[in-house]
Amino acid sequence: MKSAVITFPGSNCDRDMHVALNKFGFKNKMVWHNDNELPKSDLVVLPGGFSYGDYLRCGSMASKSKIMQSVINFAKSGGLVMGICNGFQILVESGLVPGVLLRNRYLEFICKNVFVKIDNKDNPYFKNLDKEVFELHIAHNEGNYFCTNDQLKEIQDNNQVAIYYCNDNGKTEEKFNPNGSLNNIAGIFNKKKNVLGMMPHPERMIDESLSGEDGSIFFKNLLNNIK
Amino acid sequence: MKVSAIITLKKDVLDPQGKVIQQTLDGMGFKDVNEVRQGKYFEIDVKENDPKKAQKIVEDMCNKLLANLVIENYKIIEIQ
Repeated sequence: MKSAVITFPGSNCDRDMHVALNKFGFKNKMVWHNDNELPKSDLVVLPGGFSYGDYLRCGSMASKSKIMQSVINFAKSGGLVMGICNGFQILVESGLVPGVLLRNRYLEFICKNVFVKIDNKDNPYFKNLDKEVFELHIAHNEGNYFCTNDQLKEIQDNNQVAIYYCNDNGKTEEKFNPNGSLNNIAGIFNKKKNVLGMMPHPERMIDESLSGEDGSIFFKNLLNNIK
Repeated sequence: MKVSAIITLKKDVLDPQGKVIQQTLDGMGFKDVNEVRQGKYFEIDVKENDPKKAQKIVEDMCNKLLANLVIENYKIIEIQ
């Protein structure tokens, strides 16, 4: 299976994602933001980082960069596009998933492990997973998910919430919300569920001795789903 | 022409920075503040001599990049 990770100026999780994808059997290519065309891919990943120094609004500049037109076309034709952290911010700014990501509620950069609960497995990313609660890492300043009431209604009607912040038992209460996100939302799909944006970093949880292996479970399952 | 635009958060969007600024002002003795909302200001020099056309160009920029209309409003405040 082929994947592509886009590197924007200021991306800093692109190499980690490359390592993770290769580790679990993808043949990954790094793609520069100024390229016009995506290589033939089964999965395109927008990585974390601080693209364009987070100028104007996080992800806003990157969402207009040259390669994004190809990424948008790829997504619109049903291709799998996953945005992690800054990649999620780029997805919302490009309009591929609804909503926006505001400054964290208490204006602090949050860097810690959290638990997230998978809401809906009827999609290419999570189907066949045999657990619902995952421990993943977050590291962001703007992860406070927000959308309009109309958007929220549409998101709920279409089951577009991918993951919620929760505790280790999967309780999605407000006290387990690290950043003020609306309804504890940590990740969102587009309507067709081929585009996934989420704040947590699965690529940081792929080694038992360094962190944990919940990311490994996610990537292994994703590869099997795409095969 | 030089076009000035301001971008503000919509009324029902929480502005944590504005809140902290308000608290700091309060601590400094500015007690008569109901609310502080922080926004952005742009001064854009466009190669266009017709003010109406210049305004249109900057409005287009606001719609496509400078503002995120999910959470922000924009207003052209000066053309000179």
